[in-house]
Amino acid sequence: MPLDQLIIFDNVSKFYGEILGVNRVNLQIAPGITSLVGPNGAGKSTLMNLMTGLLRPTRGAITIVGIPTDQPERLFRKVGYCTQFDSFPRGLTGREFLNSFLLVHGFDRKRANELTQVALERVNLVEAADRKVAAYSKGMRQRIRLAQAIAHEPAVLILDEPLNGLDPMVRAETIALFRKFAAEGLHLIISSHILHEVDMMSDRVVLLNNGYIVAEGNIHGVRDEMEEHPMQILIRCDQPAKLAAYVFAQNHVVEARVHDDRKGLFVKTRDADRFYLLLNRAVAEGEVNVESVAPVDDDLSAVYQYLIGTTGGSA
Amino acid sequence: MSSATEVVSRKSETRLLGWPLWLRQIGAIFKLEIEKNFLGRRSLLIYLIAILPLFPLFVLAVFNPPGTRVKDINEYSMIYAFLYNGLILRTVVFFGSAWIFMNLFRGELVDRSLHYYFLSAVRREVLVVGKYFSGLVTSIILFTSTTVIAMLLLYLPHFYSQSLRYFTEGRGLSQILTYAGITILACIGYGAFFLVVGLFIRNPIIPALLLYGWEWLNFLLPPLLKKISVIHYLNSLVPVQISQGPFAVIAEPTPAWIAVPSMLLVTLVVLVLAAYRIRHLEIRYGSD
Repeated sequence: MPLDQLIIFDNVSKFYGEILGVNRVNLQIAPGITSLVGPNGAGKSTLMNLMTGLLRPTRGAITIVGIPTDQPERLFRKVGYCTQFDSFPRGLTGREFLNSFLLVHGFDRKRANELTQVALERVNLVEAADRKVAAYSKGMRQRIRLAQAIAHEPAVLILDEPLNGLDPMVRAETIALFRKFAAEGLHLIISSHILHEVDMMSDRVVLLNNGYIVAEGNIHGVRDEMEEHPMQILIRCDQPAKLAAYVFAQNHVVEARVHDDRKGLFVKTRDADRFYLLLNRAVAEGEVNVESVAPVDDDLSAVYQYLIGTTGGSA
Repeated sequence: MSSATEVVSRKSETRLLGWPLWLRQIGAIFKLEIEKNFLGRRSLLIYLIAILPLFPLFVLAVFNPPGTRVKDINEYSMIYAFLYNGLILRTVVFFGSAWIFMNLFRGELVDRSLHYYFLSAVRREVLVVGKYFSGLVTSIILFTSTTVIAMLLLYLPHFYSQSLRYFTEGRGLSQILTYAGITILACIGYGAFFLVVGLFIRNPIIPALLLYGWEWLNFLLPPLLKKISVIHYLNSLVPVQISQGPFAVIAEPTPAWIAVPSMLLVTLVVLVLAAYRIRHLEIRYGSD
């Protein structure tokens, strides 16, 4: 992919005095939804603020679709950023807030009005648009910030905990909106601590801990590379003991345990692909009748737990 | 079409580049800021500062104590010169400009809303210019009004018909315009200084008070040091010179053709410094 379509971190470090923000970050992010995941203080917001020039790297360089981050006049024609700062210029309605900053972008009044209306519709805030932002609920403030980030139709959207404060219905609508943006070829960089939502919407994840990137890529790819944690698979079948004997002869199977109800087998394997081939053969040879096969720890929560050592967050 | 006015079409939008874009952006920033300056929560103090000299003049106009009536209208020129130098210029314009211009950036850092400007496709230098102009227009409107109204309040209630002639046919009009001009120049100079102070220093009150002391002690300074101040150049321009007391070190006033360009040049340099600072400013509200 051409470099001017990527977000590139080249050996980026950020220190706040002697305190580490992020260290030696090397990343290339392609279009699609990329989630930044990690516990509080891991460096997610620091990375986002570095991407948008709100912070300057102590070392290294960042380019966003070919634009250095110290050129806001070019950068923010392409980039929209929804920060976590829950504060607004005083005295403005939602519509005035969006419109004013579109005018600051340089749009003429007519175009700014059009873009304001589109953004308000996208976040379902048309009815509340003419009320003061100060009177908005937390969820509405979150949505107006999102509207401000998308109003100028950027190609790169950076969203710091964009689902915070949203009710379940609006969360689902917002995730659908993100998917639509990704399908249109936009970059979406999203930080979240709600792992199952990240799992649902992300094309790839970047796991951060203590300022370092501990893993990045497609979540299943990351999981596959964790050889020290064999993949756990639960097979519901009619003859689990027979299947256990059948699979346990393989080197890559490190554990096979019959389920308490005698209707399932719990397997740990270092090579999930070979295990699935083996299982297919067993079924084809009529050794067992399989009802279902489900990986137990092939998701973000498990990866997070293995790499970072906690269970992450939940909604 | 020159590159400066090149028009780029993207989807259905029309975007300008170069100066036309910057002027439009300055206009948008100016509008946002001027509303805050005049109608925001912080504007109340500015109004109080601006009417400060008018209140005693109004009281004197209504209740002129017996035995204090001035017999000669010309004495009012001297009274106003003292009032202008001591109260309007050194207090109202100084502290009013400090409050307006320091809050242009510092206020937004305190409110945690500066990042919205930083996340717009606008050069940060353009942001400095837009904000500075908004502060300048605010301070000029308020403090030249104070300057003019204070003069009228001093003269008109006591010598109405003479005062009318003084302001329409005599020296009054040129005096009032000169004082208004000095007020504008003070807003320009102090404004740039306080804008920069608000950008560099977390608690700008201390440098403001230091400058205030320096400006007040200006009459004691040797001639060379006097020139490192705003008040020296402004005092050089006032139409009625007043005594600075027995301890004053006398220095030649700087001619207007040097004083005015010098102040504008220094202002420009200070604004360039502000632009450099804002270009490198990080948003870390926690540390602000």
